[in-house]
Amino acid sequence: MSVFMIFRIAFKSLGRNKLRTALTMLGMIIGVAAVITVVALGQGAQESIETQIRAAGTNLITVNAGNFNMGGVRQGQGASNTLTVEDSRAIRHEILGVQFLAPGVNTRAQVIAGNQNWQTRIQGTDVDLPLIRAWPAKYGGFFTPQDVSSAAKVAVLGGVVTETLFGEEVDPVGQIIRIRNQPFKVVGVMTKKGQAAMGEDQDDAIFVPYTTVQKKLSGQQHINNITISAQSANQVGNTADQIAMLLRSRHNLLPGDTDDFMVRTLEEMASVRSEATKTMRALLASIAGVSLVVGGIGIMNIMLVSVTERTREIGLRLAIGARGSDVLLQFLVEAVALSLVGGAFGIGLGFGVSNGLTRVLEWPTFVSPDAVAVAFGVAAATGVFFGFYPARKASGLDPIEALRYE
Amino acid sequence: MHVSTMPVIATQDLVKTYHLGEVQVRALRGVTVSLDPGEFVAVTGPSGSGKSTFMHILGCLDRPTSGKYFLEGRDVSRLSKDELAAIRNRKIGFVFQGFNLLPRTTALENVELPMLYNGGVRTAERHKRARAALEAVGLADRTAHYPNQLSGGQQQRVAIARALVSSPSIILADEPTGNLDSRTSVEVMDIFQMLNIEHSLTVILITHEHDIAEYATRIITFRDGRIVQDRPADSRRIAKRELAAMPVEESV
Ligand SMILES: Nc1ncnc2c1ncn2[C@@H]1O[C@H](COP(=O)(O)OP(=O)(O)O)[C@@H](O)[C@H]1O
Ligand SMILES: [Mg+2]
Repeated sequence: MSVFMIFRIAFKSLGRNKLRTALTMLGMIIGVAAVITVVALGQGAQESIETQIRAAGTNLITVNAGNFNMGGVRQGQGASNTLTVEDSRAIRHEILGVQFLAPGVNTRAQVIAGNQNWQTRIQGTDVDLPLIRAWPAKYGGFFTPQDVSSAAKVAVLGGVVTETLFGEEVDPVGQIIRIRNQPFKVVGVMTKKGQAAMGEDQDDAIFVPYTTVQKKLSGQQHINNITISAQSANQVGNTADQIAMLLRSRHNLLPGDTDDFMVRTLEEMASVRSEATKTMRALLASIAGVSLVVGGIGIMNIMLVSVTERTREIGLRLAIGARGSDVLLQFLVEAVALSLVGGAFGIGLGFGVSNGLTRVLEWPTFVSPDAVAVAFGVAAATGVFFGFYPARKASGLDPIEALRYE
Repeated sequence: MHVSTMPVIATQDLVKTYHLGEVQVRALRGVTVSLDPGEFVAVTGPSGSGKSTFMHILGCLDRPTSGKYFLEGRDVSRLSKDELAAIRNRKIGFVFQGFNLLPRTTALENVELPMLYNGGVRTAERHKRARAALEAVGLADRTAHYPNQLSGGQQQRVAIARALVSSPSIILADEPTGNLDSRTSVEVMDIFQMLNIEHSLTVILITHEHDIAEYATRIITFRDGRIVQDRPADSRRIAKRELAAMPVEESV
């Protein structure tokens, strides 16, 4: 019998009992949907990390003041005053692997432009930042070294801030905005970048010289962080280690003391982010596993019922010349057809769930042809695995007894 | 060996013993018989005498405990399951008391069924042969009907068409009239006689009803697993004649 005929017979017999078939498929549908979502989340996370690394430059190193693991009171990163401008100068001058460097001093402030106002992050930084981030300006340009040394009141706006204060597609260069009631001249607007690896919106920020933040806005002497790029990608790890050693010696830490700063590379940050989706993926993977087993057992159960109901049919097929293997194949294909149709619906549902996760929770997902292939494979394998026992039972029937079965 | 003289079926001392725990049921106790091509043989005898057991062995559904069975000169008593399946497919046509048609499957598709297990029969050829078989049993106009849309007699005729569609050497019918009323029984016997006479098919008819056995050319009687009588039918009934004589209003 041709494969086509076998599938036709299988679909016909499934079509006879539509409600039962649909209910049997439910487990498969959920299981396969979960498989699709797991793979989509994984590939989405991978994809977004890769995009971020590509966008940020693979050579990125950040140093934050303070440390999650510091003894005593737990302090947020960058909240303690362990980093200084001198530290950042030392790194720039003493460590060979450093290409660009920008000390960072952050604060939050109310910003007013005309009758619009907005609470946002004021990021005090240095002229190297656009180079480190490979981040071009949309209008105007970044502030200059002179602006930094003179602590000038100049501002470069992030995309979100510009849109909020001035509207979309408006060039605000030359306008005056007020930060903490002091006038700042807008010298540039950055292109939009989207979510950073750690989740903060990079476009919802105003960039000013770090000296300006220190002297005109917050009055703080220490700096919160240093953003650095290494000369090349393969120098990142080495350079990060040297920075840590330099800072330990500058901070007079003894062997055994915990770092009072954190040096991290982008890869490390990205892996923090993927931790979050990992939990979700583990949860979905277990849902997938359980549903597939439940779905598989459902298929096995319905196939056993079907074998019993159709004992006389099996007897007849054997009598007119079907071999045991023909009957085995027929019931196996029926189980696989059941799981594949369930799988197809599951793939549809998985698409929906993945899209929902992206839309509602903003988790990156990506349903690739690979994921669909994996899901189909899993569905088929479940069908074969759980369909085999009933099919074996059918093929092993004695034709005489099967024909007599009432 | 000359083909013309070779019996289509020859058995030597067939024994079939069932073991039910401690108890042995000796369903066949040494059956030796020879049937020529074109014979219409009725196998009769009381219930439990071993008729069905005999038929299962002739039909290659079962193997004897001992003894030999030659089908068209070939010893088939020790073949494997798959070899027996192939023989059932090509050499034997079964007709059962309960028709055993697949429900929700048209008459045509039911008749096509044996050809699905016969390798290379193409779809067009399958349809053609199935149609011809249904025509032979007088159901050319019922090909698209489902079993539940057919009368008992018509269902049994579909089953006969299914039995003859792969041009078998023998047709084995186990109590084919058991579920039918008397007029329909005559109609079905008419089909068997027609196939036997016009198509020279070898028919083996198992029945415990003496009057049904009278349609055969030869009557073999079983008792307690043995053949106790083997005789030609001396006053053979001809179904066609009887049908013609029946009052018209009785016909369906
Ligand atoms: N599968 C079986 N297991 C045990 N005993 C059987 C089996 N099949 C038939 N028999 C016994 O064999 C004897 C012959 O049965 P069977 O060939 O069906 O007789 P018949 O068809 O003439 O009524 C009976 O006694 C029956 O009970
Ligand atoms: Mg019987």
